[in-house]
Amino acid sequence: MSSFLEFEKPIAEIEGKIHELRHLSDDNSVNILDEVSKLQSRVDRMLKQTYAKLDPWQKAQVARHSLRPHFKHYVSKLIDDFTPLSGDRHYGEDKAIIGGLGRFHGNSVMVLGHEKGADTEDRLTHNFGMPHPEGYRKAIRLFRLAEQFSIPVITLIDTSGAHPGIEAEERGQAEAIARSIETCLDLKVPIVSLVIGEGGSGGAIAIAVANSILMMEHSIYSVISPEGCASILWRSAEYAKDAAISLRLTAQDLIKMGLIDKIVSEPIGGAHRNPDKAVDDAGHFLFEALKSLQGQNGDQLRTNRREKFIAMGQIGLS
Amino acid sequence: MSWLDRFSRTKVSGLFRKSDIPEDLWEKCTNCEQMIFHRDLTLNMRVCTHCGFHMHLPPKERFSSLFDDAEFSSMDLPKAPLDPLKFKDRKRYTDRLKEARSSEHKHTDALEVAHGKIGGQEVVVAAFDFSFLGGSMGVAVGNGLINAGKLARELKSPLVVIPSSGGARMQEGALSLMQMARTTVAVDDFKADGLPYIVIFSNPTTGGVTASFAMLGDIAIAEPGAVIGFAGQRVIEETIRQKLPDGFQRSEYLLDHGMVDMVIHRKDLREMLSRIVGILMHNNQDNIKPAGNPTVVGST
Ligand SMILES: [Zn+2]
Repeated sequence: MSSFLEFEKPIAEIEGKIHELRHLSDDNSVNILDEVSKLQSRVDRMLKQTYAKLDPWQKAQVARHSLRPHFKHYVSKLIDDFTPLSGDRHYGEDKAIIGGLGRFHGNSVMVLGHEKGADTEDRLTHNFGMPHPEGYRKAIRLFRLAEQFSIPVITLIDTSGAHPGIEAEERGQAEAIARSIETCLDLKVPIVSLVIGEGGSGGAIAIAVANSILMMEHSIYSVISPEGCASILWRSAEYAKDAAISLRLTAQDLIKMGLIDKIVSEPIGGAHRNPDKAVDDAGHFLFEALKSLQGQNGDQLRTNRREKFIAMGQIGLS
Repeated sequence: MSWLDRFSRTKVSGLFRKSDIPEDLWEKCTNCEQMIFHRDLTLNMRVCTHCGFHMHLPPKERFSSLFDDAEFSSMDLPKAPLDPLKFKDRKRYTDRLKEARSSEHKHTDALEVAHGKIGGQEVVVAAFDFSFLGGSMGVAVGNGLINAGKLARELKSPLVVIPSSGGARMQEGALSLMQMARTTVAVDDFKADGLPYIVIFSNPTTGGVTASFAMLGDIAIAEPGAVIGFAGQRVIEETIRQKLPDGFQRSEYLLDHGMVDMVIHRKDLREMLSRIVGILMHNNQDNIKPAGNPTVVGST
């Protein structure tokens, strides 16, 4: 594990020791193995304790962790025959949002979501998961395509926000987001959304207006980034931690406010420590969520989704 | 009991009499910074007499400027949960709300709704008050727009929304984000009745407000020089490290890029609205007041 977060330093030190011990001697003497296993259980205990009480700012860092499973991890593990579909048919192909057809537990699905990218080059390709209007217009096209063939939709949310730029504005970033929300609200097939990392404001909700909304345990979902909020309300981005606390952006806060339906527990130490397990567990709950929507016809799905959102906002936190 | 009866309606005549306005007050134009007599500014619907900049027009004055004979009924809006997150930055949100509520306009939040006649046609108008926490959209504003939509459906009248907002209200966290979906339901349910939904962009309209109900108008009108966009200009500059083009995100720029139907001077809005709703509502020419001849500042 190369990229430790600041608050994981004590854990990193012990893991460093384990690493050293393992390489120190080639002979697997009982003493060393014993020491290693002792240290390992200490690491596990510390991870468990640390991750059980992450503060919102720490959660933001875990949610943005570069080794956290991204859209591509989820799709490659959960979706068979994934067939990406490209382009908005208006202007271009935006790889900040990927989407396509596939099979989930044998059933046809449309899957789409933000992809942040894995390394520097990949991140540039995917524009760090920050879509232009084309990304949202492609999403709209795929939503409608799914509806046309009565295929349920899964969306995976992971963006710091829609791309802020001259061309994005010129081509109607606001309009594209608004239409995407409108399309989600109108769709007569099931939509299930899962926030896998960062749910960054309008750029996130644009494809997250779903019948069932899930969040990974350490993901965040917010109206503005903690840094952005801090620079406006505290006049300095240095207060990002305070802003993260005030914004109530954790999955645990959102479920209390009735804004999401389900929290998917992450492996000990966060999804980035065991991506395969994290994705499998998420897959289980995505499947359950889709199953629970099976009894509703198209009109009911549409109406219930609209009423779900209209009803939001009457519960606060005490 | 009709749904409408749940609203207390007060009839207001908002016509200005010159004698009501103090003569010796000055105000500074927020654009050219020239000093203007408060009275001149008010009589000019808060359009700068030097540079023509359209300064924020508070909802009551907005209603007076749009409704026939400046007569309209204000609608009481439902209460929303107060400070649902117990939000605190350098100040408590409850204190910010208190302050905003005790200001001269005595609003409960950043949206006001009224109905009355425009060119003889009953119309519901929802106007944002930028002076109330930057016109930001939280649960109360969402509720206000939902109710404005219901009222317009009940009255079978067009709905006009006039945003002036920095976007979602940060102090209500994810709850404010959800207003993007709630307000979209509100205007789409209204539009499903076959009634016209008209948006008049006023300065500024940004963030989650632009990216939801505001960009979904059947007809999109902008006041001259208004900033309209999704991302804030400072954020864009910091991201791309480039100077922004002249007039970027201004009404005229949006018109050039196909994002609005027309740019209309404030003094001509009433006439233009009355013409558009007259045509869309199939009103017989004999039954309505002549619409006059609005000057179109910019149009394709
Ligand atoms: Zn001026």
